[in-house]
Amino acid sequence: MQRFSVRNCVTTNCRGSVQALPQLRPAMNDPESREMLLSIAPTALPIGISGIEKRFGGVSVLRDLSLDVAAGEFLTLLGPSGSGKTTLLMILAGFVRANAGSIKVGGEEIIAMPPHRRNIGMVFQNYALFPHMNVFHNIAFPLKQRRVSTAETAERVEKALDLVQLKGLGERRVDQLSGGQRQRVALARAIVFEPRIVLMDEPLSALDKSLREHMQIELRNLHRRLGMTTVYVTHDQREAITMSDRIAVMNAGCIEQIDRPEVLYAAPKTRFVAGFIGDSNFIPVESRNGSVWYEDRKIRMTSAVPAAGCHLMVVRPEKLRLVADAQPAGSVNVIPATVGDVIYQGDSFACYATLRDGRQVTLRDYCRSDVLARLPGPGEPVNLGIDAEDVVLVAAD
Amino acid sequence: MSMQSAILPHAGARTLNADALHADARRETFGLLALLSPGLLLVFAVIIVPIGWLFWLSLFDETGSLSASNYARFFQQPSYIKTFLTTFKVAFAVTGACVVLGYPLAYMLSQLPRRAASICLILVILPFWTSVLVRTYAWLVILQRKGLINSWLIDLGVISQPLPLANNFAGVIIGMTHIMLPFLVLPLYASMKTIDIDCLRAGMNLGASPAATFRQIFFPLSLPGLASGVVIVFVLCLGFFVTPALMGGGKVIMWAMRIEQTTSLYSNWGAGAALGVVLLAVTLALLGLFQWLLGARATGVWSSR
Amino acid sequence: MSMENALPISHRQRLWLYALGALVLLFLIAPSVIIVIMSFSGSTLLQFPPEQWSLRWYESYFGSVEWRDATIVSVKVAVMTMIVATPLGTAAAYAINAGTLRLTGAINALLTASLIIPVILIGIGTFFLYARIGLNNTLTGLVIAHTVQALPLVVLTVVSGLRSYDMNQEKVARSLGANRFSAFLQVTMPQIRFSIVSGALFAFITSFDEVVVSLFISGGETTTLTRRMFNALRDQIDPTIAAISTCLIVLSIVLLSAAQLFGRGR
Repeated sequence: MQRFSVRNCVTTNCRGSVQALPQLRPAMNDPESREMLLSIAPTALPIGISGIEKRFGGVSVLRDLSLDVAAGEFLTLLGPSGSGKTTLLMILAGFVRANAGSIKVGGEEIIAMPPHRRNIGMVFQNYALFPHMNVFHNIAFPLKQRRVSTAETAERVEKALDLVQLKGLGERRVDQLSGGQRQRVALARAIVFEPRIVLMDEPLSALDKSLREHMQIELRNLHRRLGMTTVYVTHDQREAITMSDRIAVMNAGCIEQIDRPEVLYAAPKTRFVAGFIGDSNFIPVESRNGSVWYEDRKIRMTSAVPAAGCHLMVVRPEKLRLVADAQPAGSVNVIPATVGDVIYQGDSFACYATLRDGRQVTLRDYCRSDVLARLPGPGEPVNLGIDAEDVVLVAAD
Repeated sequence: MSMQSAILPHAGARTLNADALHADARRETFGLLALLSPGLLLVFAVIIVPIGWLFWLSLFDETGSLSASNYARFFQQPSYIKTFLTTFKVAFAVTGACVVLGYPLAYMLSQLPRRAASICLILVILPFWTSVLVRTYAWLVILQRKGLINSWLIDLGVISQPLPLANNFAGVIIGMTHIMLPFLVLPLYASMKTIDIDCLRAGMNLGASPAATFRQIFFPLSLPGLASGVVIVFVLCLGFFVTPALMGGGKVIMWAMRIEQTTSLYSNWGAGAALGVVLLAVTLALLGLFQWLLGARATGVWSSR
Repeated sequence: MSMENALPISHRQRLWLYALGALVLLFLIAPSVIIVIMSFSGSTLLQFPPEQWSLRWYESYFGSVEWRDATIVSVKVAVMTMIVATPLGTAAAYAINAGTLRLTGAINALLTASLIIPVILIGIGTFFLYARIGLNNTLTGLVIAHTVQALPLVVLTVVSGLRSYDMNQEKVARSLGANRFSAFLQVTMPQIRFSIVSGALFAFITSFDEVVVSLFISGGETTTLTRRMFNALRDQIDPTIAAISTCLIVLSIVLLSAAQLFGRGR
């Protein structure tokens, strides 16, 4: 078993996270603290999920689902409610039994193993802290189950508390903690016994917006420092994009697409993924004679032309822009439209326009002075420009 | 990695580990059944087996041959018919009295501020926790010929002869109403508490007078709770023993008393068993009808005790 | 969620309702109050209020070997019923709450059957059964019969406790390395202990106050207090029973307060 070092420790921290968490830096620069972090770092193992079937009654919730998670990876299961993401997480933890399938952690089959022998750290949506124990005993719970000596327990709990920045709060009762602190206790409890993997079920959804955004970065950093294999469930696409190494977009019991966040955003493979991650305009196009056509206009594109038939062109609102010339020039496609409304949004504006076929599209751009000077009014005809490299096609349903 | 490529390597492996998972599921089921089994076993041994046995007994007459004579007796012997009539008369009267007394009380409890309501509620629950015998004894003391009510009324000069309050129909009704009242008030109160106060505010806001709001909004919404209270009271009355046995003065013979007499006094187990079987059938039929009509569980009242 | 001033109707307009409610409450509570007062009467006549006061009926209760033996039998049976019914009911409640079993409805119906089946039927049934296996007039027989009657109350109380408990806590305890039983003991039980204690108190009082079944299956050395009281009441109204009743009322109040206190601890 390979023990991961504190990889990506400081170097990969983006500027924002360091600003948000100034207190983390000294801890990591101090060689003693570095030693401490190493000793609590869980052993990261890869997870191989294959052929998972789950039916509730006669209803199929997960259909032949397979997924590989690399050792040390932060993978997010993203999907609307009812997509099966939480069921999959519960199957991983052992609280829901699949009808068939295999889960291998570091090569070992765990699908029929009881939860307490799986060595998986789990953080629930409502944290599920034990209200009859104080913070210390909550975090010590997994160590007590493993008959860790009192002295070592105290030491490891102390380290875990330090890691989640709750030093000195061990004697607090759970009901004396704020939402964010509870979240940290739940996290400390889930990692203090060096689990093979860590599972999180929408752990931030109970927090208010600003704290949630802060905790996203903090969780991300903690993952970078400890390098534990993490499977994270959320329905919030922004959260998924912010935190994940890879995102698996789930819909109706299947994985629609699994990729790095930037790839998912730039090149969605299905209409569902395009619609679920970020805002999208869908423009119907047709592929014939080796080219793609929007009405009578040939679409210039850098990606391969798909098989003949109807497709949808996915265009993000910020990739549309207003162009002066009605004729396509160079690698820019031009689509005529009529402005319906222009909404000023402070740093940006949104322009709602209607295509000739009656379809609504949205265009978003920053409020730069040159753009603002030429803003069209309602009812005005405009030309919408799309760069060839921004053209993404998905199958029409 | 598209969905397609993710699935392909595993295609055909749809039943991977299915047997192991199935066995695991069975293990869990056995574990849970093991937790249930001592309780279920006791209930089975002490309730189901004897009642089945009684049912079997009821199918034979005194000579030991298979016959329906134990059941035919219900329609032939006037004393049996009188028992049934008395039983239903008592059950209807007690249920009616409980509704008349219990509805205003539950309504008041639901309208009182929280603290006051919980204090009043204790006064409802305390009798619930007090032995039926103690409460019956109390009513005997209060109602008998030389009891409190009669001696007061005579002292006050209202009456010259003691009123016959105990050891008759009236005594049974009063005693049983006292015992059954909490069974009606508690579920009714619970259902009244769930009525959204905004519905009433909206009713008044839309121009209904307080009386009309009560009649057209509150009362219909409280009916399910009232129905469950009524059914449980009625069903308990049908099989009630202690109070009529002690307060009926031998004149009010109810169904349960007839069962006791037939088995203990005359040792006619076949006849007693037949009475018991029919009583159980009527009880279950009423509860079943209630559950079918309202989809509610009659045992709900117990958990509010 | 205070109901105060819930509707634009003043308390004055509601006066008739309060008066009616108070009368019904009086009807419910007065008999117990009267019995408690009369138990301290000094005369054999049933007068209210008593003209002279004494403890003679309590002396008569505690001085009588028969009453004392019956009380001891009842306490023994009630304690044993509580000890048996509480773990059995808690285990059954846990299994029901897990909700993964098929036929949960039927299991529920069976476990709570004794609440619905007329007690007289359970009485003659158990008597008939016990006559065959020699359990009539034994403590064991009484405890078994009372356990069956107390079980549904324990099950219902503990199930409702489990319903308001967050099962994720037990799940998280299991994922942290505790097996199911150990997770229940360490995490679930401390948090539903109020329901379990209430259930135990129900079991105790159910057994202690049980009359009808005891009439059939207890007797001789194992005559319960309620059976002896029932027979005494059939014959004549002995004021000693007022003293016993007062003791039973006090017991009810103590147990009810204990249940309420535990309930508040939640």
